[in-house]
Amino acid sequence: MVNLGFSIGDLHFKNPVLTASGTFGYGSEFDDFLDVSKLGGIVLKGTTLEPREGNLYPRMAETPSGMLNAVGLQNKGIDYFEKFIYPRVLNYGTNIIMNINGSYIEDYIALAERINKLERIPAIELNISCPNVKMGGMAFGTNLTSAREVTREVRAVYSKKLIVKLSPNVTNIVDFARVVEEEGADSVSLINTLLGMSVDVTNMRPALSTITGGLSGPAVKPVALRMVWQVANAVRIPVIGIGGIMSFSDALEFLLAGASAVQVGTASFIDPQSSVKILEGIENYIIKKGFSDIKEIVGYINRSN
Amino acid sequence: MAKRIEDLKVIGNKHLNNDSFILELSGNTKIPDFKPGQFAQVRVDGSPDTFLRRPISIHDVDYGKNAFKILIQIAGMGTKTLSKLGNGDILNLIYPLGNSFSLPSLNEQVLLVGGGCGIAPLLFLGRYLKANGFLPDILLGFRNNARIIEFEEYHTIGNVFITTEDGSMGEKGYVTSHTVLTARQYNRIYCCGPYTMMKAIAAYSKNKNIICEVSLENLMACGIGACMCCIVDTVKGNLCTCIDGPVFNVNDLKW
Repeated sequence: MVNLGFSIGDLHFKNPVLTASGTFGYGSEFDDFLDVSKLGGIVLKGTTLEPREGNLYPRMAETPSGMLNAVGLQNKGIDYFEKFIYPRVLNYGTNIIMNINGSYIEDYIALAERINKLERIPAIELNISCPNVKMGGMAFGTNLTSAREVTREVRAVYSKKLIVKLSPNVTNIVDFARVVEEEGADSVSLINTLLGMSVDVTNMRPALSTITGGLSGPAVKPVALRMVWQVANAVRIPVIGIGGIMSFSDALEFLLAGASAVQVGTASFIDPQSSVKILEGIENYIIKKGFSDIKEIVGYINRSN
Repeated sequence: MAKRIEDLKVIGNKHLNNDSFILELSGNTKIPDFKPGQFAQVRVDGSPDTFLRRPISIHDVDYGKNAFKILIQIAGMGTKTLSKLGNGDILNLIYPLGNSFSLPSLNEQVLLVGGGCGIAPLLFLGRYLKANGFLPDILLGFRNNARIIEFEEYHTIGNVFITTEDGSMGEKGYVTSHTVLTARQYNRIYCCGPYTMMKAIAAYSKNKNIICEVSLENLMACGIGACMCCIVDTVKGNLCTCIDGPVFNVNDLKW
């Protein structure tokens, strides 16, 4: 048996494959296709303090090897979550991570305080990188002072594991990783989507109602991988790699570059079983390469050997 | 009915005209009990230009043969690639997806209205209605004669009325101007077709107090309610076309 587990502080994950927020709903959408308890963790669809209807249709455009989305954090808010969704996700048999979003710093604080009381949620992913909301979101994650401040304030009220999800839409993502680490983040996850756009030539209109949106899928993988490698070499906290991971081989690139774990995102839209297939592929690779612990390959390319 | 992801074999590809074709698919396992209005998420080939699946309606089902058909209009790279498939080729589907048209009440007079490729889900719906003792009228609209696709099949399930925009077949004009709408009284209309046509039929139905359900064809990524890309604005807020639809009562839509 190989050890696939990894930890964020004292929070143990049975394996390094998680699902990315906004691509896996609340998990149950995938019940017909896979056993969620096999996964290392699930990052739930982003939650806000108040219900949000999100952006107008069209919110999605297919692009070469990827897609743009401008969903805009449609969700029913934390009250609904506590009442109706939390009871459902309690017994998933894997780590359930909540992704939280706000327009104001006070929103993040209020959410973190509420979620701190939810016994079965061992971690939050602080989303300071959503490109599809008019206020907040990416605004926090593209300004070093704001990123520092929101991380500090949430850290002050949240006692469990704090993962900060970083935006790639910055000049130097390493600066942001360092700042949130300094403020007590337990882990960073990256990357959120890259800001992009698409124009419908037939209709002579922007493809998205919001004109710009977030690019995901294999198109972003090389950029994501570069950023994960840079950040992994700059911080001591575990790095979770995200960005265009479609296959186990893609996931391994991130692990070898220094990510302790990965999140599978857009791939779940194309193959709802992607996450478990990627996990199986990683396990087989470790065995074939003669390793016994996944930690032996994390950051392998960065070692002098 | 549980959703499944499955490789199916192409056992027929019938080209109806320059831009429409019907793929017949069969698998090694027993096909599910489809409900009329449901669809499949079809994996094209995974090439950079056809990254996402394509949502396609279930057109017809043959349980005896353990096969079903999907009717596709060539609209872009993905559907173009699908049009070239031949017998024996393998196609990966996630299906059956979505809700379904509701069954009418006893003694209701039912009309099916389809436009262009939107007639796709109406054949299976018609067969389903017939099997449940209804004799629907079927009103189909096309641009011209060349666009008319396999409407013979529809004659087996009810009375067929045709409109073409250029008058090359049936009555000239749009479905909303067809004389059958004034000649007969309906209690329930099921509609699928271009957005403008469905809106016109919805307005007509609301005006006449007729129950009306439409099948929407929104842009979709996942098809299973995870991505929230295919939303439609309803009286209950933004709902996903893929799981809350594709069939909606027009009274629930903010049209």
